[in-house]
Amino acid sequence: MANSSDLNAILAMPTTASLTEQRDAYLKTLIATAKAAVPTDLALADLRTRAAALLKEETFPSTRQEDWRFTDLSALLSVNFAAAEASTVAESAIDPLRLPETTGAQIVVVNGVFNAELSQLEQLPEGATVGSLRQLSQNADLMTKLQTRLGQASGSHEVFTALNTVGFQDAVVIYLPRNGVIDTPVQILYIHQGQDTLAQPRCLVVAETSSALTLVEDFWSTGDEVRLTNAVTEIWLEANAQFTHSRIQREGAGTYHIGKTVITQARDSQYIGTAVDFGAKLARHNWETYQTGEQTTTKLYGLGAITNAQHADTHSLVALIHPYGTVEQQHKSIVDGKAHSVFNGRVVVAQKAQQTSASQLNRNLLLSDKARVDTKPQLEIVADDVKCAHGATVSQLQADEIFYLQSRGIRAAQAQRLLIYAFAMEMLERIPLESLRSTLAERITQWT
Amino acid sequence: MINEHSEIILSVKNLHANVDGTEILKGLNLEVRAGEIHAIMGLNGSGKSTFSKVLAGHPDYEVTAGDVVFKSENILNLEPHERATAGVFLAFQYPLEIPGVSNRDFLRVAYNAHRKARGEEEIDVFDFDDLLDERLSVVKMDASFLDRSVNEGFSGGEKKRNEILQMALLEPALAILDETDSGLDIDALKIVANGVNQLITPDNAVVLITHYQRLLDYIVPDYVHVMAEGRIITTGGKELALELESRGYEWILAEHRAEAVA
Repeated sequence: MANSSDLNAILAMPTTASLTEQRDAYLKTLIATAKAAVPTDLALADLRTRAAALLKEETFPSTRQEDWRFTDLSALLSVNFAAAEASTVAESAIDPLRLPETTGAQIVVVNGVFNAELSQLEQLPEGATVGSLRQLSQNADLMTKLQTRLGQASGSHEVFTALNTVGFQDAVVIYLPRNGVIDTPVQILYIHQGQDTLAQPRCLVVAETSSALTLVEDFWSTGDEVRLTNAVTEIWLEANAQFTHSRIQREGAGTYHIGKTVITQARDSQYIGTAVDFGAKLARHNWETYQTGEQTTTKLYGLGAITNAQHADTHSLVALIHPYGTVEQQHKSIVDGKAHSVFNGRVVVAQKAQQTSASQLNRNLLLSDKARVDTKPQLEIVADDVKCAHGATVSQLQADEIFYLQSRGIRAAQAQRLLIYAFAMEMLERIPLESLRSTLAERITQWT
Repeated sequence: MINEHSEIILSVKNLHANVDGTEILKGLNLEVRAGEIHAIMGLNGSGKSTFSKVLAGHPDYEVTAGDVVFKSENILNLEPHERATAGVFLAFQYPLEIPGVSNRDFLRVAYNAHRKARGEEEIDVFDFDDLLDERLSVVKMDASFLDRSVNEGFSGGEKKRNEILQMALLEPALAILDETDSGLDIDALKIVANGVNQLITPDNAVVLITHYQRLLDYIVPDYVHVMAEGRIITTGGKELALELESRGYEWILAEHRAEAVA
């Protein structure tokens, strides 16, 4: 880790070349911090060495890179992050976050480390493996299976993904055997506490042939301390597996949240994901799906609701390279205050991916003059036998809609809330857990 | 039904209004008593729809002179929602679609806003559903419409029936129906007219704004007014509508111009 006099010297340098050096140096510091946090019983030497080698080719992202054009991370360069340490949280703080539908299938991760005392896993069916990678690492058979998956998805070389791989202190593992069905939805609650801390939660889901699971990932923190959460979730769906996923990001107002969700889908598998971004100072979610067989179904629903100086960026990628696939994506953002929302949605339909259906819609609701939206729907379609639709809209609340509601006796402020609520609910309704849906809806209802 | 001793529901005197700086209403006068049905007819651009929007308080219209007194209260300074809860209802010419808000929730929120304005408590959800079921029959609407988004994907006729359903629920003292009949086929027109007829009482009043005499076969007006150039230029009984239907507007406009010159 750089000491503060080094950092001051670095910050004093103004030229472009030295800015690049500064970013290189900062990334090296982060890597060193991450490496130092690796526990001895989870060395995973091959995997981590490979990731470290990939990082040698990378620098810390700047807005000069197309992928980061609208998301400026330079504020991080003045923060000296320390690796967050395993810790615990008062039961009373956790209780309101436990979703009743997931009773007996709740995993609590604090600062990237599985917390056995707070986790409750008595409702899981036989054959399914759910737990901490560190604890499971004694199981040689399982580790052999996991090693062909962990860190192996496409896109693992991306800088923050590789940084997580170099340094994650633990991982949540969910392994479903062939035909395994977990009826109880599983909740993973990721908590980050600390000041100037880096936490790197990791999750690995492997769903074997014809298995089925509903998973909620909930990233939660409070306060406005500066933190960096760098999360990676890898999901492997084998043939005919069905996976319903809700990813909720409600981190504290000082948190920088960088997240990667990568789904690899074998033939006939189905992934339905809903991602909600309400929190953090700056959030970036890379949401990527790759196809390894035909007739996959991929549905991505996103909702961002941000205000003040918040920044939320979703970069999604759906890559179809086999026939008969279906992609449906809708991403909505409510942008208030001086907030800035970024959406970049790539859908790639390769020549071989005939008889596919792809739709993508991005809708943005601007609630203030100072709010900003950058949207880039990107459909790259090479195949010719494809049904395809896409669009992006940026609008304000419609004065005529408000007047219509007012003319029925509803106050203007209530009419606005009703319209904002309706805009958001179209996405929140996709979340299959009623308690989570209503908690999130409550937050929208209180929007002012 | 004309009763010269009934309460004055609406009194409009010398109303002038602008939109985007252009004067559209130029000294409109109208008095409506409880129990009466008034029809306002006129060519496109005569100011009929502007008049209805000004009454409801649309923010795009600026009143520059005149008074609008509703049940002894000047409503020009009231917000649109206050006019609504006081008892003014406008059935829109083009009802808006509101994706994501169910018709049922919309109706309940509107109904409760009226109750709150009267100092009453919000209605119990089950009681409200019973009330809605009963009111649905006024416009022969299927209950499945309640769980769809407000007007989204509704046909023209369904949207207009939905407006009358709102009127049935909110029971306004004054209902202004802005071209509710335009574009309806004869079956839909009969359903809408029959619904309105069921809602007319000696204590309320209806103003029908229409292009077509046909509506007035089904909802029989006590007065027919002709609007031109932002004011009412002549008033008659239901036979005036029939005359307009057969002779058009030109003769009446010519008479009006001759009077103005004289």
